[in-house]
Amino acid sequence: MALINFLKPKNKLEEGGRTAAPVHEDEGEPEKKCPNCHKDIPLSRLWSNGLVCTCGYHFRMKARQRIHMVTDKGSFQELFSSVKSGNPLLFPGYGEKLETMRSASGEEEAVICGEAQIGRQKCCIFVMDSYFMMGSMGSAVGEKIASLFEYAADHRMPVIGWTVSGGARMQEGLLSLMQMAKTSAAIKKHSDAGLFYIVVLTNPTTGGVTASFAMEGDIILAEPGATVGFAGARVIEQTTKKSLPKGFQTAEFVLNHGFIDSIVPRREQRKLLAELLKMHRGG
Amino acid sequence: MGQNPYDRVKLARDNSRPTGLDYIKNIFQGFIELHGDRRFGDDAAIVGGLAYLNKSPVTVIAIEKGHSAKERAMRNFGAPHPEGYRKALRLMKQAEKFGRPVICFIDTSGAYCGIGAEERGQGQAIAENLMEMTTLCVPIVSLLVGEGGSGGALALAVADRVWMLKNSVYSVISPEGCASILWKDPSKAPAAAASLKLTAEDAKSLGIVERILPEKDLGTKAFYERIRALLSEEIGKLSKNPDLIEKRYERFRRMGAVTEFDIASAATWPVACGNKGINYEHL
Repeated sequence: MALINFLKPKNKLEEGGRTAAPVHEDEGEPEKKCPNCHKDIPLSRLWSNGLVCTCGYHFRMKARQRIHMVTDKGSFQELFSSVKSGNPLLFPGYGEKLETMRSASGEEEAVICGEAQIGRQKCCIFVMDSYFMMGSMGSAVGEKIASLFEYAADHRMPVIGWTVSGGARMQEGLLSLMQMAKTSAAIKKHSDAGLFYIVVLTNPTTGGVTASFAMEGDIILAEPGATVGFAGARVIEQTTKKSLPKGFQTAEFVLNHGFIDSIVPRREQRKLLAELLKMHRGG
Repeated sequence: MGQNPYDRVKLARDNSRPTGLDYIKNIFQGFIELHGDRRFGDDAAIVGGLAYLNKSPVTVIAIEKGHSAKERAMRNFGAPHPEGYRKALRLMKQAEKFGRPVICFIDTSGAYCGIGAEERGQGQAIAENLMEMTTLCVPIVSLLVGEGGSGGALALAVADRVWMLKNSVYSVISPEGCASILWKDPSKAPAAAASLKLTAEDAKSLGIVERILPEKDLGTKAFYERIRALLSEEIGKLSKNPDLIEKRYERFRRMGAVTEFDIASAATWPVACGNKGINYEHL
């Protein structure tokens, strides 16, 4: 129940506003503990700050909230919303799991695609949703992302994507693995047409998504503290029997190792993306 | 010979099977090994170089597990690091420059899960291969000869034709990994193996591989000669195809099983899946 309450819109920001409106803090308002600074933060304050704690910790965010936060008001038009995964392998429990996820998250799949404007510049966007099976990539996620890049190539538009994913959706077996190749092929086509793709890695971006479209942007950004990696940390520990270095597989770690361009806090993304789009106008 | 999927997994992992170099030495003539990724190092888990297929020069790349305990350790048990994938891509680009077809032999439990592999961008290395292979202007044929472990196998299998040996497997995750994530019990691997649809027959009916190679005479002269003849024929055909890149794009583009939700005709899935009109009930 607590989680459901947390998901409900609480203020202007969540409903689509972007400015930090003055916060009216009620007595006894629900609070959320920050896993980083361990302070209790009133939810309304958290929302008005884009779900970022005063200590800088970035809480996870639903895809639609992110779309409202980053795009020009009223500019978002959803595409391919009718594409859904089935249960092609008749994997035990997967059909039920999809139904539960759909009713709990209010979304049909783990990614939302569409056309929007950011700083009055047109672009295609995709935003993955960690509330839907931890953003795992099945056939529908691959299909929607590949379709979006094809659409963007046809209309000569840039693409901006936000990733969050535990990896491939194993309940779809090999079909989910093939989505890595399918999305990569569509991105290559878009790229070869001279078009621009920015990807923003959010917490966590791992597995098959890291090994495909998360690492294929012309510019790769990440949110502070986001986990970014290929193999799961626990699996690495078990395989190598070594303890992992501090800060392993964080956005800062991949930045230091040369795999991303920059770390950009959530509240600063809109401005930077608008600037980058402006510099790549016509691409 | 075992018939249930987990027995097939065990067969695919059997140490006595021929490994990558056995295929190279017995199918091709005049193999010259080429080392290194020109960036960091030389990964012994991936062997590559030049050879003749009948009388035409080709580029061959193989994941090598090794036979003896010492060699297996030296080859990292066929689990490649990023530099292995980068070496493979370097050799593929070289093949493209000189108009040589590329043939890959795949046998890996997966890309290596380790600290160094993450530091050097395992995800990025795989992603780059997926993207670049989609537009490589020479024919690519990939053969799964043992284990086809997830992204680490796919990174050499974005090909025009993908073939599997009868007792090889191809999967998005190991049955043990799947069982421990989904059911918190690695001992349920046999059930996971059955659910994942990872045998050669499953992959073929999902439209992910074109051909299953019999292996009753595995490792004999006749066995290798048969593969040589098939490769020769297929590469001859592919070399004459003017739409190679488009066909490769379409090959991966149609993979996946999604429903287009439409209230008027809600029962129309699957709209797009491996083979049009595929019936999954027998799986």
